[in-house]
Parts: sequence; structure tokens; C-alpha cells
Amino acid sequence: MPRINDSITEGQSTKLAAEAIRELCSVVGEQNVLWHPSDLMVYECDGYTIAKHRPDAVVFPSDTQQVAAVARICHRHKIPMLPRGAGTSLAGGCVPLGGGLVIMLTRMTRILEIDLRNRFAVVEAGVRNTQLARALVGSGYHFAPDPSSQTASTIGGNVATNAGGPHTLKYGVTVNHVLGVEAVLADGSIVQHGPVVDPGMLDLCGVLTGSEGTLAIVTKIWVRLTPLPSALRTLRVAFPTVEDATEAVSEIIAAGLIPAALELMDRGILEAVEAAFQFGFPLDVGAVLVIELDGEEASLEEELQITRRICERWNAREILLANSPEERERLWKCRKSAVAAVGRLSPSYCIQDGVVPRTKLPQIVKKVQKISQEFNIRIVNVAHAGDGNIHPIFLFDEREPAQVDRVLEAGRQVLEECIALGGSITAEHGVGVEKLHLMREQYRPEDLTAMRRLREAFNPDGLLTPGKLVPDERSLEWLGTYPRIGGAP
Amino acid sequence: MEKNLANMAPEAGNSNLAQEAIRKWGPDPAIYYQCVHCGLCTAACPTYTELGDENESPRGRIYLMRLVHEGRLAPDARVKSHLELCLDCRACETACPSGVPYGRIIEPFRNALHQLPQKESLWQRFLQRWVLLGVFPYRKRIRLALSPVRLAQRLKIYWSLERLGLFRLLPKPLREMASLVPELGRSLPPLPAFLPAKGRPKARVGLFLGCVADGIFRGVHWATARVLQQAGCDVVIPENQVCCGAIHFHVGDSETARHLADANLAAFSADGLDAIVVNHAGCGAMLKEYPHHWKDDHQEARRQFAAKIRDVNEFLDCLGIPPPPGRIPLKATYHDACHLAHAQRITAAPRRLLAQIPGLEIRELPESEICCGSAGTYNLLHPRMADRLGRRKLENILATGAEVVLASNAGCLLQIMREIRRAKAPVVAMHPIELLDYAYREECPPVGNNRRNSR
Repeated sequence: MPRINDSITEGQSTKLAAEAIRELCSVVGEQNVLWHPSDLMVYECDGYTIAKHRPDAVVFPSDTQQVAAVARICHRHKIPMLPRGAGTSLAGGCVPLGGGLVIMLTRMTRILEIDLRNRFAVVEAGVRNTQLARALVGSGYHFAPDPSSQTASTIGGNVATNAGGPHTLKYGVTVNHVLGVEAVLADGSIVQHGPVVDPGMLDLCGVLTGSEGTLAIVTKIWVRLTPLPSALRTLRVAFPTVEDATEAVSEIIAAGLIPAALELMDRGILEAVEAAFQFGFPLDVGAVLVIELDGEEASLEEELQITRRICERWNAREILLANSPEERERLWKCRKSAVAAVGRLSPSYCIQDGVVPRTKLPQIVKKVQKISQEFNIRIVNVAHAGDGNIHPIFLFDEREPAQVDRVLEAGRQVLEECIALGGSITAEHGVGVEKLHLMREQYRPEDLTAMRRLREAFNPDGLLTPGKLVPDERSLEWLGTYPRIGGAP
Repeated sequence: MEKNLANMAPEAGNSNLAQEAIRKWGPDPAIYYQCVHCGLCTAACPTYTELGDENESPRGRIYLMRLVHEGRLAPDARVKSHLELCLDCRACETACPSGVPYGRIIEPFRNALHQLPQKESLWQRFLQRWVLLGVFPYRKRIRLALSPVRLAQRLKIYWSLERLGLFRLLPKPLREMASLVPELGRSLPPLPAFLPAKGRPKARVGLFLGCVADGIFRGVHWATARVLQQAGCDVVIPENQVCCGAIHFHVGDSETARHLADANLAAFSADGLDAIVVNHAGCGAMLKEYPHHWKDDHQEARRQFAAKIRDVNEFLDCLGIPPPPGRIPLKATYHDACHLAHAQRITAAPRRLLAQIPGLEIRELPESEICCGSAGTYNLLHPRMADRLGRRKLENILATGAEVVLASNAGCLLQIMREIRRAKAPVVAMHPIELLDYAYREECPPVGNNRRNSR
């Protein structure tokens, strides 16, 4: 390894002051700071590959105290900073707009406590979602948020984006499962909120969850543990058209059922899933719904019959029940890995995360099909249909600039349609850099100003995750018209 | 000229030379773009799990290689170090929903970089030329090289040398190697050219011996042959077979590997073999991948050869085995060798075979699918990461409370045995087929603290 001092003074390595790098090294150790340009390239993007920006340095703290010390150094030297977990964001949440320091939380992977009697666990921000799940096997409890990235994504990242997942429909999103947080503010002070909260207090957990790192760096989380359901029925239902499937979804909810999950995959995505897992999905149908009912054994049979009748009324071609825990697990693996399997169809993809009122699903589905034809872009679909959360996946090749432009414009039109239908531009992936320019269409200026003021209260210098979530002049300048910036190949 | 290049190559990363080498020897560029950058592979990667740095993750490494290919990044010493730290365990391939064949990117890419003039220390060169390439691939030379060790062990002075810290006087790679040698036990005779099936033959199979496997684990070969005989197989053991070439291929000597591959094709050319059985996962994976490695007019022959290769677990599970008569009332745990679980996707077969041993209690090993750090010659070249992963593996093994840990690969066995010796842990490591062989012989392997980990 080249000597730091020599290379930094040669000016070949980084925009950061050599003094700042030296201070960072003295806090976390030389081997835990990356500043050589070739070490920084992989941090220029995350799961969203259209926008890229290289950080000036990357640091790996191992505990909250080190994170705080790093923040103090950044504060003193006016260095922008951005926390990053597993980098599975699908919206560019981990892309350091304008450069600066990326603070990796992937060394903070300890599960500090599991308290089943009081139904909570305490984890460091870098603990992976399934790492906690594995630790809870056999306990009868689980951490309910289950984003499809859960094998890799960290609970800190789940908190930053207020992540959802298939089981959000019944169990709620991440914020409903966060009891307390410890966090580092932009000036390096450490705050704690919860786990026992006086109902009269301001809900800092609520504010921090979903703030995408713009208010504080969450380092430790008290999460709620939920008892596993005593019984389950998992169904796979094939429909001739996507419209039939979405109508069935609306009717199931209207019938008063709350399935644990109600997921849609269209024919296009089934092709990728089948290539990946050979599960036996029919490939000549319009869409498949994965429906999970859970609760007490006694009530399940009746719910199952109601669900069947509704599906049949909407022309269901095939209704299959997972008949073993292993089969259920495989079915969920297919659904949760579906998006990541699109590499079998295309070299690049961009996944949207719009929401519409559930009853408007048939309309938005038609609109997506129309946009696909208009822009000549192949779009395949997965959706947390029960929540009205659609994930159209645009297939393209990022090496073709013309295709990238069409994808961005098509994506914008889909999200504008979501807003027009009374929905939202994001359900669970966050705003990142991908949807920053749409915040002004989704929210009124007054709403954005209120959010900006809240951010200024936490993060007065704007050094922490600058320009994200609530767009400002600087970030829109960085972004240009579209979120495609710097470094594209 | 050569000397100048050697001086500048590793640090400055001469881009033009590197680009040319990568074009010539590197992967098919289309494969870089099969990765959609989702990041689901990261959690499966041992080096990322340990370090949390995306440069040390499969997604990151593919990105680095792609950037080099696109000319955005020079393959400098930093980039090379990230690529070299990869264990090539292929756990990421199992995790990847898009089916990116990671091994087929990194192996040729590293090979291409190895074609560039290298700046190596004398010891690295010694290790590479004389030990890895001069001794390892030849089973007779390995046995010869180990004969003083065997003698020292029989005279009961080998372990004293280690305890006294005298191994530290050896240069580092040799020290690593010396610390890996398990108790060799009595020298077993070589296997004969043919062993007949017990009862009416159901199949006629070849048995692959390998190099280190035969040098150190000949007992596993004997056990494999006996179990195959029990299962109704005529066992053919061609004398002129050679090392599979994996060691050569992975340190960048693709040409020698090609010659070894062709020699093996010739050795096992006898007609009427229903399968060629391999009991160590690393060799099995290499033999199965022969058709992908070289593009020449032997490809079709290699494809036919590879189609016959079966891991011993896979083969016996498919053929069926008679119920073993002996009881083995022990607690055991099974470690998934990377080149079995990930490269060959075999995980259920060994567990099904072990479940047929009466009295044996199998306890699932946490993080069973994470590499133990052996990874071929990795533990000689990257001892620090290998030690971290070895300790992690042992902690997981001890957490199960098992008395026996089973692994279907020579490298894993050496690595796990060393960790057990270092920690003086009350566990023995062996190949699952050895345990099956014990059950057929109606014996129980000695376990507990009073026994060294040996073969």
C-alpha cells in the first residue's frame, strides 16, 4: 500500500484535505479509510446504475463513537458526508451527490440483544435483515419488515428508506417496527430516542425513519419482534390477464380480508423467475398472484374459500396451494428474487416504485402498457398489489444513451400518472437521486419548505447527505434535467 | 525491455498492455453486463462479510473488471489486490438470481493479468515455481516431500517442533504449509488398477486420485473405493492419471493445466466407464469445467469427459447404497465445500447419504455455505484472510456441539484440521465417505480430545 502522506501531498488521490484524511485515519485506523481513486470507483453507484458520482473518500467506522468522531471531523472541515449500508438502494440513495465522504456502516454488524419476553431486539445499523431473522429461528418471533433485498440489505438501510416488503400489507412498514434509535447528528453529537417513549413526546423515531440519511446517521436500532402466525396458507393463482388479477386484488380487500401478502408478477417477469429457479410457473398467462393468508387455523379455511371464489370469479386459470413449508419458502424466494433475476432478460434495468389507490390498479397497469409501446421499451411488472404499490421494471442497455433517455422519460410519465391518480412517487425505495426532480410535483412548495426547515434543525450546515430527499437549487443543478450525472460509461 | 516492464507493471498498471492481455485471455465481455448490480451477492461473499468493503464483494469486483474493460480504470496494484483476495468460492453464483457466471469472469481475468510481467519476491517465485507447480501436482513427489514429515511424526518430534515455535524459522509460505500438514499416520499402499464390485456389478466407474488428495488423504481414496465396491461398482484406477490442473489454472498457468487435462482425458479413455468418480470437490469442479477453459479442437472430447464426472456423494446418492450395518452413535455436522455446494450445486446428496448411517445425529452447521478460507492455495497466499475465515468456521462448528465435522474436499479438511489443532478443540474432521466406510466396516471412529486430527 502506498504511503498516505506521500500520495496525498502529490495531490493524486482525493479532493479532501490531506489533514482531514490524516484525522480520519487516526480515528478509525489507516486500513479503514479508502482514498485512492481506484478504491472509490465501486462506491459511485448502488442498485440504481443510471446516476453515478464518486465519493472523495470512504471510511469504515466500527462503532457509534467512531461514527461521531468522523462526523466531527467532517463538521470541522466542512466535508459532505453520506451513510451507506449494503448499497442495494434501487433509487440512488447511496450515491454521494457532489462527492464527499461515504460512511460505511457495514462493519457495525452486531446483534446486541434479543429480549423475547419484552419482544424487542437491539441491533447495530449494519446488521442484515436476514441476519436477524436467522438469529431468531426457533424463537417463534420475527422482525416483520421483509424487503425483497433482505438477504443483503441492512436494518440501518431499512430504517433510512422506511422499507416495506410483501408482508407490509398486514404488518406495516419499517417505522411501525422501530421502537428506538441511537443516531449521530451532523455535528457529531449522539442522540437517543426510545425504546420506551412517553406518548407526549415528539416522535423522533418517526421523523428519522425514512429520512434517507438527511437528518442523522442511525447507528443502533431497537426493533419490535412480532410473534410468527400460528398458521399459514400460501397460494399461487394464475390469471389470463393482468387486469383480471388486479380486479381480484381489489375485491379481496373489499371483502374485508387482510391477507399477509398479495403480490403480483406479470408474464414478463415470470420468464426471468422461471429461468432462475425452474419453479414451474405457467408462462402462457397474463399474471400470477401470490397470496398469503395467516392467522388462526380456525379462521383460515373460510378465508381461503372466499379468496378462491373471488379469484375464480375473475377468471383464475389455476389455483395452487403451497403444500409444505419448503414449497412456501421456494415460492417466496422466487417472488423476492424476481427483480434481481432480470439480468436474464436485459443488461440494465430501472425499477419504478409508484403507488396508486388499490382500486386504480387496472388503470395504472393499462397506462404502463401504453407507455411501454409508446417509448418502445420492454417493461415487466412486479407489484405489492395489495398496497397499490407498483414496480414496473424498465429493461434497457445503459451503454445506449438514447435508450437511457427514453427510460427516464417513460419512468417520469409513469410516476406522473401515479400522482394524477391520487398516489405517490415512492412507497419503499425512497427518493434517492432518481425521483428528486419529482418531489416538486408531488408536494406543494409549503410542504417542501416545512421539510427543509426540519432538516435544517437537525443538519444546519447541510453537510449530511446534501441535496437529497428535499431538492434544493444545488442538487437540481447537480442533476440537470434528469438524474443522469457524471461518470456514465 | 522485460526488466523495465516488470518494474512498472504492478504499480503503474500499464493500461495498454493490460487491455491487450484482457482482450486476448480475459472473459467474454458480454458476461460483465449480465450483472445488473443489485447487490444480493454481497452477503454470500466471505471477504465482504469479513471486511464490509464493496471492493471485496462480487458485485464490486465485477464492476472493477468491467471498468478496466471499458478503459475507465487502470488495473493497478489496488485493483489487483481486490481481485486476488477473492477466494473463488463461487458462493455468489449460488446467490445470484440473474445467474451471472462469476467464476467465468474472474478466473480468465486474473489469468490475463498473470500474463503480464510480474514483480514478485524471490519467495513468491520459489513458492509458485517449485512448490505449487513443481511438487504439488505430482502425487509421488508430494509423498516424497512429505516422507521426512511422516518420519518426524512417527518419531513424535513434529508436533514438538511446532509447539516450540521452530516452524517460525521457516519462510512464511513454507511455515503456512508446515502448519497445514495433519498427522499422516501409517503409510498406505497405492490403490491397485482394479477393484471388483461386491456381488453383481451395477456399474463400472473410474476413480480419480488427484495430487494432494493422494499425497495426504490416500485413506479417503481407499474408503471411497471400498464404499463404491459395497454399492456394486467395479472400480478402475488408471495409473497414468495426473493432477486435475486446478492449482496451475488458478495461479495463471493455463497452458500446463491444458496439458494435464489432455493427459487425464487419455488416462480415462477406456470404454465402458459409466462415470468417473471424484471424491474431492475442488478436483471435481475443475474436471467438470474442462470444456469451458480452453478453446481448441479438443473441446468436444473434453465435453464428453466432463459429462462423465460425478462427485462421489452425487454418484452414490443417485445409484443408491445398501444400508450400512454398523452404528455410529456420534453427533456430526457437515460443512459445504464451496466447490461442491457452489461450483457443483451439490448440497442435499451428502446429507442424504449421511442420514443413512444408523445412530448418527446430524446437526446443521451455521454459515455452512461460507468458505472456510482454504480455497485451493489461497491459505498459502493470503494467510491473514484465510485465518480469519478459518476461525469463523471453527466457532460455528463448535457451536453445534458436534464431535465430527465432515467435508468433501481436501483443502477444507486441511484448513479445518489446522484450526482444530490450534484451538485443541474436541472435534475430528473427516470426509463423509470415510464415515460411511466406518459404518460398512462396523467400526466407530475415535473421537474426543485424546485424538489428534489425522487421517
